[in-house]
Order: sequence, then C-alpha cells, then structure tokens
Amino acid sequence: MEILVFLVPLALMLGLAGLAAFLWSLRSGQYDDLDGAAWRAIADDEPPPQDAPAKR
Amino acid sequence: MLVTRDFSHYVRAAGAGFQHIDLAVEGVHCAGCMAKIERGLSAIPDVTLARVNLTDRRVALEWKEGTLDPASFIDRLGELGYKAYPYETESAEATEVAESRFLLRCLGVAAFATMNVMMLSIPVWSGNVSDMLPEQRDFFHWLSALIALPAAAYAGRPFFRSAWRALSNKTTNMDVPISIGVCLALGMSVVETVNHAEHAYFDAAIMLLTFLLVGRFLDQNMRRRTRAVAGNLAALKAETAAKFVGPDEISQVPVAAIHPGDIVLLRPGERCAVDGTVIEGRSEIDQSLITGETLYVTAEQGAPVYAGSMNISGTLRVRVSAASEATLLAEITRLLDNALQARSRYMRLADRAARLYAPVVHATALITILGWVIAGAGWHDAVVTGVAVLIITCPCALGLAIPTVQTVASGAMFRSGVLLNSGHAIERLAEADHVIFDKTGTLTLPDLDVTNAADIPADIFELAGRLALSSHHPVAAAVAQAAGTRSPIVGAVEEAGQGVRAVVDGVQIRLGRPSFCGAEALAVAGLDPEASVVAFSKGAEKFILSVRQGLRPDAQAVIAALKDRHIGIEILSGDREPAVIAAAHALGIAEWRAGVTPADKIARIEELKGRGAKVLMVGDGMNDAPSLAAAHVSMSPISAAHLSQATADLVFLGRPLAPVVAAIDSARKALHLMRQNLWLAIGYNVLAVPVAISGVVTPLIAAAAMSGSSILVMLNSLRARSRAREVV
Repeated sequence: MEILVFLVPLALMLGLAGLAAFLWSLRSGQYDDLDGAAWRAIADDEPPPQDAPAKR
Repeated sequence: MLVTRDFSHYVRAAGAGFQHIDLAVEGVHCAGCMAKIERGLSAIPDVTLARVNLTDRRVALEWKEGTLDPASFIDRLGELGYKAYPYETESAEATEVAESRFLLRCLGVAAFATMNVMMLSIPVWSGNVSDMLPEQRDFFHWLSALIALPAAAYAGRPFFRSAWRALSNKTTNMDVPISIGVCLALGMSVVETVNHAEHAYFDAAIMLLTFLLVGRFLDQNMRRRTRAVAGNLAALKAETAAKFVGPDEISQVPVAAIHPGDIVLLRPGERCAVDGTVIEGRSEIDQSLITGETLYVTAEQGAPVYAGSMNISGTLRVRVSAASEATLLAEITRLLDNALQARSRYMRLADRAARLYAPVVHATALITILGWVIAGAGWHDAVVTGVAVLIITCPCALGLAIPTVQTVASGAMFRSGVLLNSGHAIERLAEADHVIFDKTGTLTLPDLDVTNAADIPADIFELAGRLALSSHHPVAAAVAQAAGTRSPIVGAVEEAGQGVRAVVDGVQIRLGRPSFCGAEALAVAGLDPEASVVAFSKGAEKFILSVRQGLRPDAQAVIAALKDRHIGIEILSGDREPAVIAAAHALGIAEWRAGVTPADKIARIEELKGRGAKVLMVGDGMNDAPSLAAAHVSMSPISAAHLSQATADLVFLGRPLAPVVAAIDSARKALHLMRQNLWLAIGYNVLAVPVAISGVVTPLIAAAAMSGSSILVMLNSLRARSRAREVV
C-alpha cells in the first residue's frame, strides 16, 4: 500500500493540471466564440498575417 | 458641405500604442465570411488584430495609434459586402458576460472536485464491503475533505450569495434549501470523518453543486446570447446624428456624443435622434413613433421636434435641447419604470416550487430525527439519518428542471425567429389568454408598399422606381423597393418637398407630389384614405401611385390560429379610426379601439388584468413601451424602436407575424415540460426518502438518486426541442 504515497499525489496533480488548463483556456477567451471556433477548424490554411489568438 | 464621420467615441486605447474598436457586422454566418473579413481587414497596413466573433457577429480590431481612421474599416467592410457599425457594449450585456464567465469558472472548479472526490469515494465504497483498513478510509476521507471544502466554498458562491440575498429580504428561493443542504452535508461529513465513521458525504455535496451549476450556466448563457443579438441590432440601427462642427462642416457622430446646445442637421428620410427646436428650414415630420398619429406634422422655425420622429420632405437645422436622455422619452421611461416594478412581483415557477418544497423537506428531516430518538436511537445516529434525508431530497433535479427546458425551448424559438429577453417570459407567455395588438408596425409592416402596382404598366413602374432611387424621401424609397430597381437615372434632380425629375430619351419624367407632376386631377379621385399618394409623369402620360403600410402577409392566418386556441384578440391603436376599422375588418377582429394614448392603453390592460385575463401585448414604437411593460407578457417586432425592444419580453424577426403563434405554442409546451420535470424531480426524491428515513442510506444511494433524477430531467427537457406545429 506504500504505492499510495505516489499515486494519490500523482492523481491530484493530474486533476489540478486539468483544472489549470481549463482556467487558462477560459481566461484566454477560447469560450467566447464557440460557433466561430467550429468553423475555423475547417477553414483553409493561409498564412494569416497577425491573426494571433485574442489577447486583451 | 463637407461630411465626415467621427467614431472616436467608440475607440478605446488597447495599451502599448494600440487602439481598439468593436464593430457589429451584418450577414456573417460561415467560415467563408470569417476568413474574408479577417483577411480583408488584416491586409490594411498597421492593423494588428482583426478577429471575427461568429457567435456574437462582431469584429474586434486593433491598430497602431493615430495611423488609421475607424471609418476606413467600415468602408473596407462595405467593399467586402458587409454592413458594419461601431458597437458599444451596454452595461447590461457586460454584466451578463462577466456573470457567465464567473459561472463557467465555478463549474470548472466544481467539476474538477467532483471527479477527484469520486475517484477517492469509489475505493471507500468498495473497501467498506471488502477489507479496507479504517486508517486508509480515514485518509481517503480527509483527502476528500481537502478537495471538497475549498472547492465548495469557491463554486458554491452563486448559490450562497443568492440565498443570503433572499434571506436578508425575508423571502426564500431555490437557493436556500440548496445552500442549507450543501453546508449541512459538508459539515456533517467533517464531523463523521473526525469520528472515524464509515460514511462521508463529500462526494454527494460537491456533485450536487456541479449539476446545479450546469443548470445555472445554461440559463445564463441563453440570456447572454439574446442580449448580444439585441445589442447588435441596436448598433446596426446606428443612432447617429449629423452635428455641425463648423459653419459648413458636419460630422456624423453617435448620439452619445451630442450635447444640448449643439446644432444638428436633419435631412429628408432621416430619423431624429434628439429632442430640439428647429432653427432653420421647413419640413413635414412623421411623429407616429411617439404619438401614434400617422398624419404628418409641419415643422418650421421654432417648432419642437422629438427623438424618434422621421423627417419627410425638407432639410432642417435643429438646436438640441436634450440628447440621448431626451425629455419626452424621460416621461415615457417614468411610466415604464412603474409598470416594470409592478411586474417584478411575479414569482418564478422554480421559486414557487421551492417555497412549497423547502418546508416539506425540512419538516421531514426534523421528524426523522425526532422519530429515531423516540424509537430509542442515539442522538448521533438520529442526526446522521436526518441529514441524509436532507441530502437525498436536495433539489438537484429541481435546480435543473427549469433552466434546461428554458434553454432548449429558447433554442427552438430562436429557430422560428423569436428571441427571448428574459428566461421566465416563457412561463408567463404560456399563460397568456388575451392578445392586444398595436396596429402600426405590428399588424402592418413597418415599411411602406405600393398597393396599386398591378394597375401600372411594368415598364412605367420600373422607370418610376429608377427615378425614385435618386430621392431620400421614404415614400420614394418604398416605390424604388417595390419596383425592385437598382440603377438610378443619371442626372436626376431632387426638388426638396416636391419630387424628383430627370430627362430620359428627351422626355421629361417626374415623380413626386401630384401638383409637381401636373396630376392633381387624378389624385382627387381618392384611392384609399390611408395611403400617401405620389404621382409619376412621363411626358404627357400621368399615373398615380398609392403607397401605404400593408398588413403583414400572414396576419389573417395568425389571427385565425389564435382564435383556434381560444385566445381573446383586440386592437389598441393610436391611429385614426378609419385606418383601425379597415385593419380590424380585414382581419376579422371584433374588438378594437382607435386614437388611444399610451396611458389609455395601460388603463385598458389594467382593466383586463382586473378581470383575471393574462394579457400578451404585441406592439412596437416608443408610445407602446409603457404598455408593453404593463402587460403580463409582451412581444415586439425587431424593427421597433430601441426602447420598446428593450422592454419587451420577446422580440421577433422578419416580415411574418407567425412567430407570435409559434412562441405561444413553444411556451405552452415548455411550461408543460417544466411542470412535468418538477413532478419527476419530486417524485424521484419521494421514492428515495423512505430509504433515507429508514437509516440505510449510503453515499452510493445518495449519488445514484441524485444523478439518476438529474439525467431523467435533462432528457425530458430535450423534448422541448421538437418544433412547434406549423401554424400558418
């Protein structure tokens, strides 16, 4: 059962990493335009000059 | 005269020498549009950001400070084929967006905690029946507490706040039993963990929060979306005015940037955006939006003009006495506030359910505790069982029952052209049993149409339409649209207040007042008392065009459909009697009143309310705004004045009137499903309560009951998606 010493913290770390990723994606505005994001995936690739993700 | 456009009001600094503007864009609906706009705008040198938001139909633009004029973006979008206007976020919408993000953050935290606590709970559940050491179980419980307590403190805030607000106003709402349940479950779990007990309820409490947050977020998201659409429409209406910035120089500025004492130019065909006094010029103005009177009023030097009136024939210079917070509007707004306050007493279905439900649940829990004590159990066991009852009956499914139906139903309404301004409008709309229609702009189309087009030779009509393109007059615009012409006649001359003339193939053609075309004789043979009459002459040939607001194409069918549903119908109009009679007769509506003032309309609504009728008011125009607010529920066509759009519970798009019936049908169906959901939720919990009272509830049963009822309710809600029957 000593394995718990590694596995429990590991599981928590993974969970927290997921939460951090979610909060980051929320903050960077990735949920602001769900319809647009769906279409962007299939748009033709062309070097969009300064089309950086929306940053405030 | 030099005209410039000044959008500096909408531009804000984005830091580091960049400027930012948001534009609302019409007609963006696919990836193609998005790519076209972003590429087209990014190609302008010095533009650093051009990003389309397809959900909200907006474009965010950033550029190096001082290098570009925002008007150039609008021109560029115009070249690409999109109509754009600068957009300013209304405070109401900004609040909704912030609230929506807050809920999503809470949901993220709660979902994370639920998953991790569950991961710890399942070993405990299985360990309890096998060979788990008590120390291990305690360790897992403490770990759960470590995750669940901070997460609940963070993610529970929307509920705790709302419950606190309700309690400090000495009322209850749905959030009160939720908050009590969550706090008790967590508190008891901590006590149980300290006492090395077998069961803890961290998982149930945090899962409850997650499910409830899903419902809350769906509800919020629906409102945010409607606000965004309404906000765009307001921006697209471009409430701007031509302000004199020099003796001969005017600048097109947003109304917000106009102050009393400024002088603005009002050209024919423009809607006045301010209250003021005419200082130069002479014209006819249409004040129907404010007074409901469709006859034109003559405005000359010294005459007052009000925001919302349409200038018909001449050019006016107006000295502004009151800008965006106009005096006449202030009066109407006052009426409005009173009416809105009266309606806010209405209680939401969910809150009513909570009011019934909460005492029952709390009483059951109390009786359980007392019952076990009387039966000889220890206080500790009795309290544990009582709290288990509270947890298992916690209104998880109840919290989802309403918002899920609202979200699904509002999606269905959206597809039939109806936008919801407030979520609980559905409940009120479903109860409506009496509909009051305004005539102008509601039963009739807001734009003018040529009624006798069939009597005029097609080539003549087309020529008249081409000539009409050179005029700003609204009647001329109607002729041009009816004729479907696109190419104006070169060299056409407009004579203010008279008409337009041009020479084609050596023949003089004229369009305008009958006297202007020498056709007085024809005009006297009055066609329709309602119609505006324009004459067209080509050499010696003379024709009369009759232009009026036509009834909405499906008005008759809609009225018939409403009658089928046993809904009372009447017309209340500020218009003149003959016009109202004609409309009522054409539609088969027996009850009508003409020449009604806004105050009369409210009085009539109050009278009907007194008789117990639930009134749906369908109207547009500023003069209708107070009565829209006074009615039980209200609808407004999207072409209506901004003010009435903002007060109506629902707004509908397009030319047909059918959305009114579609909305009523969807709302009735949705209310039915909401009730069904409430009963499902309660029924499911009632099944689980005996188990809880008997004292054998494990967290596993609590979790199963909770998610089972939630999923059932969500699935039932999806039935609201099926389209309402075709009515017309």
